[in-house]
Amino acid sequence: MHENQHGSHDVSYLEYQGKYKGLLGWLTSTDHKRIGLLYLYTILTFFAVGAILGMMMKLELLAPGKTIMGPQAYNGFFTLHGIIMIFVVVIPGLPAVFGNFFLPLQIGAPDVAFPKLNLFSWYIYIAGIILVLISQFAGDGPPDTGWTFYAPYSFQTGTNMLPAVLGAFVLGFSSILTGLNFIVTIHRMRAPGMGWFRMPLFPWALYGTAWIQLLATPIVGITLLMVVAERTLNIGFFDPALGGDPVLFQHLFWIYSHPAVYIMILPAMGAISEIIPTFARKTIFGYRAIVISTIMIAFVGYFVWGHHMFTSGMSGTALYVFSLLTFIVAIPSAIKVFNWISTLHKASINIQTPFYWAISFIFVFMVGGLSGLVLGALATDVHVHDTAFVVAHFHYIVFGGTGFAFFAAIHYWFPKIYGRMYDAGWANTGWTIMFIGFNALYAPMFYLGITGMSRRYYDYLPEYHGGNILSSIGAMILIIGLIVVITNLVRSARKGEKAEANPWGGKTLEWTVPSPPPLENFDKIPTVTRGPYDYSSEAH
Amino acid sequence: MHEHRDDTASKIGMWLFIFTEILLFGGLFIVYAVYRYKNPVAFHLAGEELNVMLGTLNTVVLLISSMTIAMAITAMQRGKTELSLRLLYITIFLAILFMVNKYFEWGFKFEHGIYPSSEYLQSLSRGDILFYGLYFFMTGLHALHIIVGVVFIGFVVYYIKKGKVRQDRFVMLENSGLYWHLVDLIWIFLFPLFYLIH
Repeated sequence: MHENQHGSHDVSYLEYQGKYKGLLGWLTSTDHKRIGLLYLYTILTFFAVGAILGMMMKLELLAPGKTIMGPQAYNGFFTLHGIIMIFVVVIPGLPAVFGNFFLPLQIGAPDVAFPKLNLFSWYIYIAGIILVLISQFAGDGPPDTGWTFYAPYSFQTGTNMLPAVLGAFVLGFSSILTGLNFIVTIHRMRAPGMGWFRMPLFPWALYGTAWIQLLATPIVGITLLMVVAERTLNIGFFDPALGGDPVLFQHLFWIYSHPAVYIMILPAMGAISEIIPTFARKTIFGYRAIVISTIMIAFVGYFVWGHHMFTSGMSGTALYVFSLLTFIVAIPSAIKVFNWISTLHKASINIQTPFYWAISFIFVFMVGGLSGLVLGALATDVHVHDTAFVVAHFHYIVFGGTGFAFFAAIHYWFPKIYGRMYDAGWANTGWTIMFIGFNALYAPMFYLGITGMSRRYYDYLPEYHGGNILSSIGAMILIIGLIVVITNLVRSARKGEKAEANPWGGKTLEWTVPSPPPLENFDKIPTVTRGPYDYSSEAH
Repeated sequence: MHEHRDDTASKIGMWLFIFTEILLFGGLFIVYAVYRYKNPVAFHLAGEELNVMLGTLNTVVLLISSMTIAMAITAMQRGKTELSLRLLYITIFLAILFMVNKYFEWGFKFEHGIYPSSEYLQSLSRGDILFYGLYFFMTGLHALHIIVGVVFIGFVVYYIKKGKVRQDRFVMLENSGLYWHLVDLIWIFLFPLFYLIH
């Protein structure tokens, strides 16, 4: 079907030499696989930066009073940690890396619909990062508002807010374009025979995510522009002194930023839905239920933003409605968990590193999800609002959820990406250390929050000392685990054993091409005749 | 690599982008609605200060430009490249005319001391500050979209001359038309909100 002028069918995308060689060959490539890896390296770099910032905060909290930094520095640290982790790492996260790399492979397409736009999105992303970094080093000191940029402080603080806010705006633009690209790709480029309900669950999750990226991001975009106008032109949208309403800023901000949480978690759920059936060697339980719950999460997720503002001042009716909707949005997530567990029921499970990550994802996601209900209930939220409890809940979802799924995905697809195996011993060791460190770090924060420790302070009362020591030690363990995991992956990408085309016995299309995949993915675009997780042909 | 061409995909892409633009302005319409609800009298009186004549003129200009770009697409479909180009020139001319009008309109306001953070504006009521803040921000953002639209149409003209946009492949022209209609459509909402409702 596709003419190949370069005779490059057998050359893998890693070895292919186009017009430019070396680094320039990567920076100018519109190959979705190379762009996926560009995102991977950028994201891992900034994940390391964000993790170090988090570690420094935990060191500061090791003892009451000033330990290694003062209040202003601490404010700068949690702001930068938030901006980097949210806008640079977790929101692009799985879609930009594994979505770019595996969406076309999983739906049997040679590339995404708009390859040039895809590369352009990466450059916009880099431009956004540069703006965020400028905010740190130029002007009157690093921003100190937290990643939420709440008005009126965000235009009253003397710190260098403008580049940070503009950076978040630009990063949002990159996210919109990636989402747009994926929607068109899924609509137009599925292989012949792949109806909507024969599409694997990861592309389904990307599809739901892409719609949220597309329809929610512009709202925060315009809100951030209003903050910019507020700072430069003194317009008064959110300034009570000029008649504006700061609570309106919170509404507009969370109209995007709550759906953004689903931008973070949906692709993670999609990756888990790929890994579970592969290692259970069994058709996934309730395929349609998972698809429908994905769409439900994407849809209902738009209408729950008010639960971030239960203490900000809203009418009683609004409070009840937002709380009710928050409980409703938990249902589809629970449906997915039950489906994953049911898939494992009576399966002969092939226990490998990706499976460890996936199963620990389910555990920490449940802890995070159930603690979210505490925050979604009106009475209990007033008690734990703005405490360490919120931080614990959020990190159980975003680090424990999305982060663990990211590591599950990277181990699962590693042989396909690099054509080499990671060292399983080290990978399992790294997982064990990280899992212990993670829980030691965040579980005590639930307790600290319930007993009243506020978040976002560099200091705390002496009675919280014990929990904070445990938490800080957990952070150190976590960092060690992270180093083990990343080092193993970096080393294995170059020196690991050669991997087969299908080391795990996966059934989706990406496992039908060689590892690493050839430049144009498929010799001949495949024709799909069955569902994505069809294990029925194999004897049990 | 091989050339992959799918006009339907390009058009879906443009529509999706238009959705994001609508939501971008949607955020501002929410802000407008909230503040109008909170300051009905000030918004009413401030709205009467705007020049309905200039606003109407600009509305007519934009509506005609939407028509000319639609005609340019039809002309291209029928293979009349020269006519299509001429219609695009008219569209660009009308867009510039819109901007000139806008320049005078804003200029008059500036002369009266009404511009963001001006002393005179700050001395007015909060409702006035918000009204004019929204007026400048929303019409300003819209004007920015006009400029982007003109650049887009300029590129299409260039590609038509190079023969890359032609009778059998005019999706780029069609997309520029879609975008231009969006710019027009947003103005259709801005005009009554600021100039007409009292």
